[in-house]
Amino acid sequence: MRLHPPLGLEIAAARGVAALSRRLGAGGGTTIPGKLLAELDRGAIDRLAARLATGIAVVSATNGKTTTTAMAAEILRPRHRLAHNAAGANLVSGVASALLGAGDADLGLFEVDEGALPELVERLRPRAVCLGNLFRDQLDRYGELELVAERWREAMSSLPAESRLVYNADDPQLAAVGEPRTGSVAFGLDDPRVARPALQHAADSKYCVRCGTPYDYAAAYVGHLGDYRCPRGHHARPPLELAARDISLQGLEHAVFRLDTPEGSRRIELRLPGLYNVYNAVAAAALARALGAKLDDTAAGLERFSAAFGRFERVEVGGKRILLLLIKNPAGANEVVRTLVDGAPPRLVVIALNDEIADGRDVSWIWDVDFEPLLPGLETLVASGGRAAELALRFRYGGLDGDEIELEPDLARALDRGLELTPDGGELVVLPTYTAMLGLQRLLASRGLAKPYWEQSE
Amino acid sequence: MTAIRVGHLYPDYLNIYADRGNIAVLTRRAAWRGHELEVTALGMGDAIAPGEHDLYYVGGGQDREQLLVAEDLVRKADALHEAVDRGAAALAVCGGYQLLGRGYRGFHGEDMPGIGLLPLETVAGERRMIGDVLIECELEPGEKRTLAGFENHAGRTRLDPDAEPLGRVLAGFGNDGESGFEGCRAGRVIGTYLHGPLLPRNAWLADWLLARALAHRLGTNEAPRLEPLPDELERRAHEVSAGRARARGGRFDR
Repeated sequence: MRLHPPLGLEIAAARGVAALSRRLGAGGGTTIPGKLLAELDRGAIDRLAARLATGIAVVSATNGKTTTTAMAAEILRPRHRLAHNAAGANLVSGVASALLGAGDADLGLFEVDEGALPELVERLRPRAVCLGNLFRDQLDRYGELELVAERWREAMSSLPAESRLVYNADDPQLAAVGEPRTGSVAFGLDDPRVARPALQHAADSKYCVRCGTPYDYAAAYVGHLGDYRCPRGHHARPPLELAARDISLQGLEHAVFRLDTPEGSRRIELRLPGLYNVYNAVAAAALARALGAKLDDTAAGLERFSAAFGRFERVEVGGKRILLLLIKNPAGANEVVRTLVDGAPPRLVVIALNDEIADGRDVSWIWDVDFEPLLPGLETLVASGGRAAELALRFRYGGLDGDEIELEPDLARALDRGLELTPDGGELVVLPTYTAMLGLQRLLASRGLAKPYWEQSE
Repeated sequence: MTAIRVGHLYPDYLNIYADRGNIAVLTRRAAWRGHELEVTALGMGDAIAPGEHDLYYVGGGQDREQLLVAEDLVRKADALHEAVDRGAAALAVCGGYQLLGRGYRGFHGEDMPGIGLLPLETVAGERRMIGDVLIECELEPGEKRTLAGFENHAGRTRLDPDAEPLGRVLAGFGNDGESGFEGCRAGRVIGTYLHGPLLPRNAWLADWLLARALAHRLGTNEAPRLEPLPDELERRAHEVSAGRARARGGRFDR
């Protein structure tokens, strides 16, 4: 085997930069070494990937990729040494960084940004790909949904023949990507009792992928995900190989369901709420199975799992608790709202809206979120972040009285105000967008209340 | 109290940039002045009765959805022309704006017809124009106001020589990234690429439209004066959005 002489040097240089970045307090440095490596030699990523003995699996989705990947890691960890981009750095540079830090890992498990999926599939040649969902998200960054779906279709057609594709069959766009591929695995939800009465406002892919006629839904679960059928008979949800059935949602604490697989069925008690986490769990189970995991390991891993970084995290603060729930697009935020309302509707909520690139510079998406179910129980909204005023307008025009809205663009002051208004022993609900969440994590870390994100365990 | 009737064209298809935010703003601002706003969805195959609606709204959609409605809209063209001739107001955003022109010419001959309510044409461009945008308008002589929003379009819209733009671009791309103009205005009809959504952070335009809609309802030429509202949040949201456009609005030469 011919060694690439530059590789060792590049890796050493890139690793050095990560350490330096942390020492300078510039943040986690989770993507900086990868950026450097990508600059030095993009092909090095391919060669690093090839070093992982049992191969690589990637997860992509608009919503839930961090959680799905973390769940799959929990399932696979007992039998594998994993390289995993747990802090959510999911562009080419972030994956390169995770590869640099892979050490003696044998299996790579990476969440991958929707836009970066085609390039990473080509470079990593993964043995398994999990496609979770496609929702309208950051149109300014990704372009229209159809375009992303088209790029995914092309990427999957160049996937090695022996690689396994697992896909969410409840998403019509993904079914169209997955169905034609031999050996692909369809997963989904199957329990009309937990379906929504109607498609949500923000539902995206509601027209038949073949003829454009609106689908008939026997059940719509999350956004446009569900059991759909073209009334003219051109397309319908494919049969599910793995499915969550007999689902019971238990407020802000649990979701319980029966996981049906070709290997048998198990009752799963998730320590996470919400239907969207049931989707994440079935996706993780399907991916783990494609990588050879046994059902017992899958069930145990899912039940051990608590929360991925910033998604449903609880932090203790002087006799009070902060509950952090990331919001980033209409479909995801709708599920967060639904989960909150199904639990105990909060009287006070802090929402932080930023508009950096990672949040989406176009903030119009907040107007597509169904925040209205929160309004009847809400007494105070603390609107924060760089676009706090726009968020305040969203609630004002949604029907919240002006005197129930407090405008506090500064994150630290908004958090303190929220805590001040929270009774002792109570819980403060905070809904941040992505960079606002990073800002809050940094803030909590600086107060010694949470570990900085680059030190959080996988 | 007067009921204002809004005809919302294709809300199921053209709703990509939070168009319901614009409707919410019209509804509340009318209600705060004691007027009810009745919004009727005008979908595929629905007929338009000129005179029935005081204000029409058309939002933006993805290419596929826009193509689906384009042919149906052509069948509504005569009725819409008559409605506007009789004094109805209209606001069209992004894809809806393109559809109110004479048409859209795609790269690969995938042309889309328009209804010619606005004197303009749109041609597909290679690079999408994405970013914050700020424009200056003078809808009433001597009254200069700014609109702040976000644009995301591949189409280059060219106004006819005698057409009146909605505004002059202060920051961002505008109609085609080079003319320095944004949007188009013909009487009470306004088309623009600005979403965000447009009206929450530009409340003055919502009021301008409501006043014209009321004039149509009352059968007058002169738009009534609407009582001012305490728009502190709107003003702050506008300021932030305008600041974003000045700091990071799109330009081709950068």
